[in-house]
Amino acid sequence: MNLQIEDKGAAVLLAVQEERLDAHNSGDLKNQMLKLFEEGKNNLVVDLQAVRFVDSSGLGALVSGFKNASSRNGNLKLSGLQLQVKSMFELTRLHRVFEIYTDSSEALASFQQ
Amino acid sequence: MTTDRIAVDIKVPNQTRYLCLIGHIGENIARTLRNYSGDREKLAYDLNLVLTEAMANAIQHANEGDPAKEVHIEISIVDQRLIIRVFDCGQGFDVQQYIEPRHPLDEHGRGVYLIHTIMDEISYLSTDNGHVLKLTKNL
Repeated sequence: MNLQIEDKGAAVLLAVQEERLDAHNSGDLKNQMLKLFEEGKNNLVVDLQAVRFVDSSGLGALVSGFKNASSRNGNLKLSGLQLQVKSMFELTRLHRVFEIYTDSSEALASFQQ
Repeated sequence: MTTDRIAVDIKVPNQTRYLCLIGHIGENIARTLRNYSGDREKLAYDLNLVLTEAMANAIQHANEGDPAKEVHIEISIVDQRLIIRVFDCGQGFDVQQYIEPRHPLDEHGRGVYLIHTIMDEISYLSTDNGHVLKLTKNL
């Protein structure tokens, strides 16, 4: 999976550079997040600006990251959701679980407050 | 009125790398339909999602992830009814068990629920050498 990872201090930004987040590549995202948790980086922003399509596996990977971050007293926040991707979060009621920001700089700023 | 009559028959290896190909076929069908008065871009996303979820289910649950197996998908449109059939050659799984919405913090089991919210009918029946997931949507 094409994923840009950048440590921004208060949180690590993971920018998914794929059109699809699905059963083919969501395992890679999950593993990358686990690696960061093992390094003690428990505050993550996953930016989905480039993602046009997400399926149940993609949602599952994000839920897994969210639960892992929470159990380590961190948080996983999302940014840059395209309209139809956002609808998927609403349909599965996940918009009530995640903090969702318009863009990554807003999401990162929320960790600095 | 000219109506759409489409039949697409696809066989791909039992591997997730082909999900994108199958999903895109669904999107393109939605964009090509002659008579559709609803939100075409929503239909494109929905068909992409339904085909992706149905094929991922076949790969992971029915064909047990065996890359040597094959997934067979038929898509047809007759009389404004879209029918998707996904054939697998494995032990199968209990569709009914997954139709209800999952708890938001569950990591798995949303695929069939998502299919169910989009399609009008869903059935999963035995065939000679496996099962067929049949999904119907009135256009």
